Amino acid sequence: MAFFGFAHGVHPPEEKELTSALPIRRMPYPDELVLPLRQHAGKEAKLCVKVGDHVERGDPVGLADGYMSVPIHASAAGTVTAIDWWPHPDGTMAQSVHIKVEKYALQVPRPRLVPRWEGLTVEQVVKAVQDAGVVGLGGAAFPTHIKLAPPKDYTVHTLIVNGAECEPYLTSDHRTMVEYPERVHFGLRVMMQTLGVSKAVIGVERNKPDAIAALERTKPADLDVTILPLTVKYPQGAEKMLIKSVTGLEVPSGKLPVTVGVVVQNVGSLAAVAEVFDTGLPLLERIVTVTGHGLRRPANLIVPVGTKLRDLLAHCDGVTPDAAEVIIGGPMMGLAQSNLDAPVIKGTTGVVVLAAHETRGEIVYPCIHCGRCLDACPVFLNPSWLGDLARVKRYADMADYHLADCMLCGSCAYVCPSNIPLSQLFQASKVALRRTLQAAQQAGAA
Amino acid sequence: MNAPRLIVTASPHVKGDDSTPRIMWTVTASLVPVIAASMFFFGISSLLVVLAATLGALLTERFLGRPRSLRDGSAMITGLLLGLSLPPGIPLWMAALGGFFGIAFGKAIWGGLGQNGFNPALIGRAFLQTAFPVAITTWPTPGGDFFALKGDLFAFPFMSPSADVVTSATPLGLFKFEQQLTPIVDLVLGTTGGSVGETSAIVILLCGAFLAWKGYLNWRSPVSIILTVLVLGQLLHFINPARAAGGLFHVFSGGLMLGAVYMATDMVTVPTTNNGRWLFGVCVGAIVVIIRVYGGLPEGVMYAILIMNAFTPLINRATQPTVFGTVKLKEAK
Repeated sequence: MAFFGFAHGVHPPEEKELTSALPIRRMPYPDELVLPLRQHAGKEAKLCVKVGDHVERGDPVGLADGYMSVPIHASAAGTVTAIDWWPHPDGTMAQSVHIKVEKYALQVPRPRLVPRWEGLTVEQVVKAVQDAGVVGLGGAAFPTHIKLAPPKDYTVHTLIVNGAECEPYLTSDHRTMVEYPERVHFGLRVMMQTLGVSKAVIGVERNKPDAIAALERTKPADLDVTILPLTVKYPQGAEKMLIKSVTGLEVPSGKLPVTVGVVVQNVGSLAAVAEVFDTGLPLLERIVTVTGHGLRRPANLIVPVGTKLRDLLAHCDGVTPDAAEVIIGGPMMGLAQSNLDAPVIKGTTGVVVLAAHETRGEIVYPCIHCGRCLDACPVFLNPSWLGDLARVKRYADMADYHLADCMLCGSCAYVCPSNIPLSQLFQASKVALRRTLQAAQQAGAA
Repeated sequence: MNAPRLIVTASPHVKGDDSTPRIMWTVTASLVPVIAASMFFFGISSLLVVLAATLGALLTERFLGRPRSLRDGSAMITGLLLGLSLPPGIPLWMAALGGFFGIAFGKAIWGGLGQNGFNPALIGRAFLQTAFPVAITTWPTPGGDFFALKGDLFAFPFMSPSADVVTSATPLGLFKFEQQLTPIVDLVLGTTGGSVGETSAIVILLCGAFLAWKGYLNWRSPVSIILTVLVLGQLLHFINPARAAGGLFHVFSGGLMLGAVYMATDMVTVPTTNNGRWLFGVCVGAIVVIIRVYGGLPEGVMYAILIMNAFTPLINRATQPTVFGTVKLKEAK
């Protein structure tokens, strides 16, 4: 516990005060839900309904396709009206199930779909979490059950809970910790027991004193749980940065956190696991921060998975005339949306509507090698140099300069005075590099 | 719900306030006190020289640079710095020609802002030094009437300027050629002969401190240059006091302050990494002292920075940051 911070990083305006004090409300069901079969990292779910089918709330519409996959469940009772390719928040089209929500349905669960947690074996818990469709709710949507069963050749000594929520604007984790601290602790108990670890640390940025207080107040006496206030700095919530802040350990380049004996889970995922075992319902809804200076009525909402952005924004009284950009996720790493028909999915932490004056300018100046990006990069890359290489398409050289370690946090592009879209260049370079390697492999195989 | 026209950008969708033009224009603004101090000592002549050099630089950028590149303010800085590095009595057409040469051959042919290897202002000055060795080493004595010209400023191109102005050697020249030491107080305040901008060390230091505080100037190279010159100068002084003046004398005399604060911090032509900036500064400082003490010229700041500019890519390559999570990896192996 020597370090409570990591080096470098940036300080974008937090803008959390728009929603940090607003209690979580439930959003009414929209008329139609759209459930993409690809909502998580790994293999997309296998379709298991057809047009015309009636589904109850909690019925699967897509089944897990192998271990690296989770099912998708209908988040409301209704009728499957269409199965088509629909805009996905990541900007592509994805196979999606449309459900016309049944009006005046009770939307109450039938007998519990998820077993009670007490008395389950480790394997049963892992299976139950997978069947409930739980994924990391911090944005990456990595299937939670995989993190609950780490490779046997590593010993996990600490479970780190990510309550940093370092992205500007977002407050869904913050409100979860303030309003449902018992759920966080219950989820923590399930995970600690399943992983067989005795120690857990919840890292929370210092700008959320009420969350820290709530967690301290409800801390169970029989568990070794530490609530650790962290420096307010972006990207404090990045997995490797958080581990560095909490334990002082650096996860080796290209390796998983488990190599240093740590598993990281998001606070929201913990609460989701707790809720799943508590209510017996799979993951059907999530807490979404809908906010931004371009939105009339920011809110923290419980949103059924599959709610279209259009309906969500309309529920928040719509956007202001100077709204310019709708982002799923936070403004640092989120994805700008070109189509408001895209749905909220399991990994949607927030929806931010930026006003025109907040968006990036269009003019890009040449790199003057000021070196600010070097002082910003939390993994100590040289973004200036990588950017020069990306511009001349020297992807193999970029790999030598640790392009793979870039986590696209956007710190470099945030500080760049020349407005160079460095993250975008690196993302594109990663894709190009992968294609080059694949082509080389195929050529080698042929 | 009204449907606004949405824009789509790649993340991050927000950006810090600073922009390249803002940095450049702030640096420009920070040069105003330096020019004002020079006018206090040399009168209107220093302003005229700076204006001529700047005009030459700006016109060249306008016609040879990329479209709208005047707006980023970098050509302005080049012109001002070139003007500040010239003697106040130099004919104006020479100053303007230096501005042209600096921008054309120091920047435009490299590809414009961010692409040049050498400091454009120093390229312009090096050109003038070679082309007009007499004019660029004719140092008028400070003081006198504000509007009295310090030389034949309005001489026609390629005509011999009429030299009927009082001149005096710079402190460095005095020491090198006449073994005469100028008091440090005069150096700090700037009441000595020298270039337009190389007289008042204290004003330059204050402006540099302001820029460093704003984050527009990386303090590492100036600090390392000044420290190196101080230590190495003092060391050589102990070995041979007749040959080498003291460390403080070296720090406050000649163009060292202007070079360290404004030219060795030109982001484009110095190393990008912080370690590289330390190394760059130490090398510049060492070369300055060596040229001053053992070289044939009394002053060596310009050549020291230009020489090290050439090593910048090499230094960059040698001082790449250690990537997160790679140190432990090596230990594990």
